[in-house]
Amino acid sequence: MLQFLQLVVSGAAIGCIYALIALGFVLIYKATETVNFAQGDLMMVGGFVGLSFMSLLGLPFWIAFMLAIVAMAGLGMATERIVLRPLLGQPAFTVVMVTIGLGYLARGLVTMIPYWGTETHTLPVPYKDEVIWLGGEGTGLVISVEHLVIIVVTVLLVTSLYAFFRFTRLGIAMQATSQNQLAAFYMGIPVRRINMMIWGLSAAICGAAGLLLAPITFVHANMGFVGLKAFPAAVVGGFGSIPGALVGGLIIGIVESLAGFYLPEGIKDIAAYIVVLLMLVLKPNGLFGDNTTKKV
Amino acid sequence: MRFLFKTSYAQDIALFRHSGQRFWYGALALALCAAPWLLPDYFLSQLTFIGIYSIACLGLMLLAGFTGQVSLGHAAFLAMGAYTEAWLQSKGWPFALSLPAAALVAGVSGVVVGLPALRVKGMYLAIATLAFGFILEEGVVRAEGITGGNTGLTVAALRIFGIDFDNGRNFYYLVVAIASLCVIGVLNLLRSPTGRAFVAIRDSEVSAQSMGIHLARYKTIAFALSAALAGIAGALYAHKIRFLSPEQFGFLQSVELLMMVVIGGLGSVHGAIFGPAFWIVVQQMIVLAKDYLPPVIGQQTGLQPTIFGLILVGFVMFEPMGLYGRWLKVRIFFELFPFYRKGMFKRQKSYMKSERVR
Repeated sequence: MLQFLQLVVSGAAIGCIYALIALGFVLIYKATETVNFAQGDLMMVGGFVGLSFMSLLGLPFWIAFMLAIVAMAGLGMATERIVLRPLLGQPAFTVVMVTIGLGYLARGLVTMIPYWGTETHTLPVPYKDEVIWLGGEGTGLVISVEHLVIIVVTVLLVTSLYAFFRFTRLGIAMQATSQNQLAAFYMGIPVRRINMMIWGLSAAICGAAGLLLAPITFVHANMGFVGLKAFPAAVVGGFGSIPGALVGGLIIGIVESLAGFYLPEGIKDIAAYIVVLLMLVLKPNGLFGDNTTKKV
Repeated sequence: MRFLFKTSYAQDIALFRHSGQRFWYGALALALCAAPWLLPDYFLSQLTFIGIYSIACLGLMLLAGFTGQVSLGHAAFLAMGAYTEAWLQSKGWPFALSLPAAALVAGVSGVVVGLPALRVKGMYLAIATLAFGFILEEGVVRAEGITGGNTGLTVAALRIFGIDFDNGRNFYYLVVAIASLCVIGVLNLLRSPTGRAFVAIRDSEVSAQSMGIHLARYKTIAFALSAALAGIAGALYAHKIRFLSPEQFGFLQSVELLMMVVIGGLGSVHGAIFGPAFWIVVQQMIVLAKDYLPPVIGQQTGLQPTIFGLILVGFVMFEPMGLYGRWLKVRIFFELFPFYRKGMFKRQKSYMKSERVR
């Protein structure tokens, strides 16, 4: 039982990362109806940016964390402005191809930047390798602080996002844009600028995910492939749903962690994809997705 | 400029539109036949790769460019073909049987992947094929008895009817012959009712359905054919590389195939040839340029992905019809000289058409 709980906790921590990346997908998907395949690579860049702030500028972790998030928001907005906005109104596949290209580009470019390179870097976080015992030292549940930080920061981020969407003018304008662009435009909402900000927000969330994940997997150029596991998370939750992304991420994380222990070797890596295939066959709209049909 | 006055339907669906095309394609065929005598071995080998990738891209083009179904797991079908071929060859099957068998196995796996395609569209389909790709890659690693797992698998040299196809020239001819057959097959398919149905599904599923096209059947056929072509390419790839390992058929390979198709020009058979040709030529140029670049840039492993990423983004932003679109523009410029207008190929912009109904 203890073993089971242990797996659930560590699965939930990784699930939070998937959930954050899936949240990035969902925000962009809701606002622009396109999928950003470079989301995982944005996360990787976020990890590198944070790393540079810490080791090159010598900033403490939490300040570097905040700065990296701000920098990622800027990068996200710049990407939207330079690459995505000229493609506004083009078929979804065009935009998907561009984001695939951007991801490919980012993976190549990162290895060419001096200091970042192809090596694996360790993010010197203050809470590295610490553990907390729940219910007695040596006998109870052991939670590594890295996992705990992921869960706590995710909860904080999600709550503040919820408050942002619920109570601020900008957040409500974003909701309006993602519900109906044309109507929002008629109401005087600057739709294009809102789209840019949504990209910024999505990139910032991914940057945060990257920095949270960095202590566990290290920072390297192929870190972005974790982002591919966030697709299943987004699909399981229903692609257009923010709570769905969170639940989906947690489900994928926990299933993966349990599969890694109870099922034969190798299943762990593909558990997420088996879950998503099952989901697509049984309930294509996901757990929280609304039943949408295509307009003729 | 040439004016075509069509007087019959047969003329409308003819493979060659006019005698000029017949002449130029004939010249191309001659050039391809003469290539082994004109090119050094290394370039011949690259030409063989172009042929192999063209077959795979032809399959992906059929699916993505003509039926409108995106696949992010096409490398999986390549793997199916490659490993089937390798395994059957090791069992002593003749090539004439093992190649169709490889195509069949890949085609059947295509049907399996196509099944969710009947229920899901667009992004969901892309994710379903992505998931299948990953599952199959893992399956290849685990099925050590057949595939050799992570250690890899050596493929036997190819012999057909006692003729050795191991050397560059014979194998090149084999690839060119099979690729030409595939191209003609796809062209014939596209002018048949099945091909027309594919294009109708791409343009609008709803209107295709209301015209009496059985969506499920035609989507399944598209997946099966596309996968079968990838399987043929995989089988040839196995003989060309002579060594198979799972990471050759990963997610990146799928993405690269998709990139080749987009760079070549979605929705044209030409694009399926232009794409891989451009890809491999640029790859070789990067290799050559490495010696002349300062080592800080030239020795970087990330140079190639960076360049290809830039090329892809550039194409999608500035030339969405790909190389084939550019070729059309250049040709029409000269045909209509001096009456070419700038806006002739202008992309139609529209307000974002929402696919949601509330």
